[in-house]
Amino acid sequence: MTTTQKTTRGKIRAFLDRFFQAEIKDDQDFFALGLVNSLFAMQLVLFVEKEFSIAVNDDDLDIDNFRTINAIARLIENKLGIQEPGL
Amino acid sequence: MKIELSPEQKKKQAEFRDFVQEVVVPQANDNDQQEFTPPELIKSVAQAGYLGAIIPQAYGGLGLDMITFGLLNEELGRGCSSLRSLLTVHSMVAYAILKWGNKRQREDWLPRLATGEIIAAFGLSEPNVGSDAKSIETMITQRDGIDILQGCKKWTTYGQIADLFLIFAQQDGKVSAFLLERTTPGFSARPIRGMYGTRASMLAELHMESCVLPKGNLIGGRGFGLIIATSALDIGRYSVAWGSIGIAQACLEASLQYTSKRQQFGVLLKEHQLVQQMITNMITGVKAARLLCYQAGYLKDIGDESTVMETWIAKYFASTTAAKIANDAVQLHGANGCSADYAVQRYLRDAKIMEIIEGSSQIQQITIAQYGYQTPDFAGVRGKKDEYRS
Repeated sequence: MTTTQKTTRGKIRAFLDRFFQAEIKDDQDFFALGLVNSLFAMQLVLFVEKEFSIAVNDDDLDIDNFRTINAIARLIENKLGIQEPGL
Repeated sequence: MKIELSPEQKKKQAEFRDFVQEVVVPQANDNDQQEFTPPELIKSVAQAGYLGAIIPQAYGGLGLDMITFGLLNEELGRGCSSLRSLLTVHSMVAYAILKWGNKRQREDWLPRLATGEIIAAFGLSEPNVGSDAKSIETMITQRDGIDILQGCKKWTTYGQIADLFLIFAQQDGKVSAFLLERTTPGFSARPIRGMYGTRASMLAELHMESCVLPKGNLIGGRGFGLIIATSALDIGRYSVAWGSIGIAQACLEASLQYTSKRQQFGVLLKEHQLVQQMITNMITGVKAARLLCYQAGYLKDIGDESTVMETWIAKYFASTTAAKIANDAVQLHGANGCSADYAVQRYLRDAKIMEIIEGSSQIQQITIAQYGYQTPDFAGVRGKKDEYRS
């Protein structure tokens, strides 16, 4: 994992820390914890858009893009054109 | 920190005020009594471009920033809360299409919404469902790959005349958002009359009997309806917050004028200290509410996610403040204030509605408290959120 990718995940984790008492692991499905509501989801979308200067649109509205820190990071990296190492 | 309107924002504010004074205020009491918004008035609003307030200029709208949009809501709210509610619901639908619609949907609907060629309304509340939006009973089913709507919506603002509805429906517990045209076979709207406040907002109960939707009327991803509703309601809540300031400002202006003219015990009402106390509370409340709305609007303009909760706070404070101020305004006007000849009775009835719509005060109290427990700054644990930024 590159430094940029670590930073991306760190930023997402810091955002999630405000909403979840337990630490969320990078591949943990936090939607499955049952603590997520639409208000949180909207704030998550706005956070991603502002923090990473990207636009989340209707094509991105797939629950699998937001389930885990890794999934969100992949969505961001895809939109920013950041490739995973080895690809 | 600089809290000051730009020259352009001040210019627009003056334009909005002139429009409301000339076009809206003279007929607001009559429209309230008649429970009706004349088409000519809506046409005037449309011709001024206000129905396209938040729609980008590329689609024929005004493309206002959120502060200027707020100022428009305050001025319309000062004149007539019903008319302001038209701007609210129309903008909510426009925003949902702008943010979550695909290219074809944006190009198809936004230009017509911007000019007011079509009027839009928001269909979420139902006879059995208000705050608990995830429990809506309107159903969407598929037959041969075609979406079919079945159900009922209630309290739909301007549902009597809207051409286009953003309808929320569920399938297997997952909520999705759909555009529904008024002309769709199986659709009907029944007017709701005798409301306590915002009486000219032409509420309706919408009935959808096996309404077949054209392909391409789904907004956003299937099952993401609650996120779309939440983002549209954020705009609605912001609009209502500013509209509440408009009501409070109207009460303040009416009270300053009335107490400067009416005498009791040989002196003007304004000479009585208990009257001065009420005026002071009005001025303070209006200014505080406006500052909260400025902050929420600024955060919207810079795309900061904290705007969501700051808008909840602004709406909670502005709506409850408007209700208190309107109550005092009627009190200051005495029997006159309870008469249809004076607008303050309308302001009081309209202010009560603000405490209920776009999140009741009680839902807001729960949500804002939760926000308090989630936000390190409130708990005096600064820096946690900003760790990664250092």
